[in-house]
Amino acid sequence: MGGVCLFILAVVQSSGPLTVNGRRIVIAWPFFWLLLFFIIPFLIVFKISFSEARLAMPPVAPLFEWVSSTKNFVLTLSFNNYLFLFSDALYINTFFYSIKVAAVSTFWCLLLGYPMAYAISRADPVRRNLYLMLIMLPFWTSFLLRVYAWVGLLKTDGLINNFLLNLRLIDEPLTLLYTDFAVYVGIVYSYLPFMILPLYSNLEKHDLSLLEAADDLGAHPITAFFKITLPLSISGIVAGSLLVFIPAVGEFVIPSLLGRSDQLMIGTVLTNEFFSNRDWPVASAVAIALLLFLLVPIKIFQYYQDRETEAAL
Amino acid sequence: MRVPGLFRNSVLMLGFVFLYAPIVSMIFFSFNNSRLVTVWDAVNSPTLKWYVVLFKNEAILGAAWLSIKIAALSASGAVVLGTLAGLSLARFGKFRGRALLSVMITAPLVMPEVITGLSMLLLFVALEQLTGWPEGRGILTIIFAHITFSMAYVTVVVQSRLASFDRSLEEVALDLGARPVTVFWRITLPIIFPAVLSGWLLAFTLSWDDVVISQFLSGPGSTTLPMIVYSKVRLGVSPDINALASVMVLIVALCVVLSTYYIKRIEQRRVAEALMVRSEEL
Repeated sequence: MGGVCLFILAVVQSSGPLTVNGRRIVIAWPFFWLLLFFIIPFLIVFKISFSEARLAMPPVAPLFEWVSSTKNFVLTLSFNNYLFLFSDALYINTFFYSIKVAAVSTFWCLLLGYPMAYAISRADPVRRNLYLMLIMLPFWTSFLLRVYAWVGLLKTDGLINNFLLNLRLIDEPLTLLYTDFAVYVGIVYSYLPFMILPLYSNLEKHDLSLLEAADDLGAHPITAFFKITLPLSISGIVAGSLLVFIPAVGEFVIPSLLGRSDQLMIGTVLTNEFFSNRDWPVASAVAIALLLFLLVPIKIFQYYQDRETEAAL
Repeated sequence: MRVPGLFRNSVLMLGFVFLYAPIVSMIFFSFNNSRLVTVWDAVNSPTLKWYVVLFKNEAILGAAWLSIKIAALSASGAVVLGTLAGLSLARFGKFRGRALLSVMITAPLVMPEVITGLSMLLLFVALEQLTGWPEGRGILTIIFAHITFSMAYVTVVVQSRLASFDRSLEEVALDLGARPVTVFWRITLPIIFPAVLSGWLLAFTLSWDDVVISQFLSGPGSTTLPMIVYSKVRLGVSPDINALASVMVLIVALCVVLSTYYIKRIEQRRVAEALMVRSEEL
């Protein structure tokens, strides 16, 4: 921590008083860091997605090349990677399958997360912090190990099957692991805190006198919920759902540990293209296609995120 | 109007059972004697033999130490950059590049890890071609990537903390002639310190936990703990991983509980001090 403080000190003090110049320096550090390590990498991915693969290291043919015989720069733009993605049914299938898995998981996450967020926000204030901590605690423990725990539960000779067999609810073990169901469970389980926390911070702010007024005017609590609470919590629902949906589309660990082997998700395909096939251009094209699809949800998420912070300011 | 207690409690019960059952079962079976993780060997259990196996496994211990170092360094970097970004967004009003900065802060929060990993790797490969740095991939490239994706979380935490505290304190100090730097050290930082601390812990956990991004950015000699765990669990369940999980759950639970109480105590002390100052004024 000491080093960190010294670093801040150096940055802040070199700027003197926080005049306009001082501010510029404060802004410049994170700004240029993210520009270099977040934006420029995407441009490179974009560039490589138009390159041809070759057998060398790195396995990418350059876009611009100096051809000494003609004394010219030659630009080789190749759309083959994208054509390949769209001509091969495997990629299109994978893409739609990933969207389906993410959407179904988000739906279940919302269905489980909303009542929990609601119950916590209406619990008595002393208990709320305890509940929130209990929600966050699994999040702090290893994500990988929590997904792995489900392997033990869902296996054919796993805990759930043993339990159901002992109760004589089923006669033979169910196939739970390596199915779509297992992936849904894995995603809902891992991303649940991301759904609950934005919902909670929205629900907690509601003015309860609105519900009292509805009650006084004779509205049934269920009517009041659908006419007041639910519409007021739309921004929490959108934020929570996108926080689950967007990363889930590109999820890699959960489907590779719990999912089917005959139907991959787009994150796994990207990784395989990169590591197993060493086809960097196709992997880049997959990344760009995925990113383009996610651009709209990311934009919506950012809109709601900005609205939340502006409301707080 | 309050929600009926029965509904509330049953919803929470159901949710917490779902959240904790897998973790509890993992801890339970870490004491199982049998190699078959899910069959309880009642005769020879409970046993600590998988913990012994675990603590004799030097690859795992080495990787754990490496992961701790990487996580501490990236969390420290992320805290500095994230705090500066949070300060910019919460305090500096409108400035050129603000829209882009806020996009660059929000997008990493939801960006699928495979995309982040791939794009960072391609950046480092291109950098190496252009400048000769970094030479290959390793610990350094992992740290740079972890700083980048976790600083966004720190920013959000710090920014919301800055938004919720009374700006007039800073303004009073400025009016009284304190230099902005002094104001930052004497007023802003102490007030946002709990947020900075939880931002550091968050960034530490994100780095400690990451397998996908590390996989893209690691080179020879930089195998982190999650990478070892991932390659082990892909082959199926194994009891020493259960023991590892239990140890980690224990450590994390302790850290979270302690830091929560610590942060709460700081805040309570601050509230008490504020009240005392106010009563002296009266």
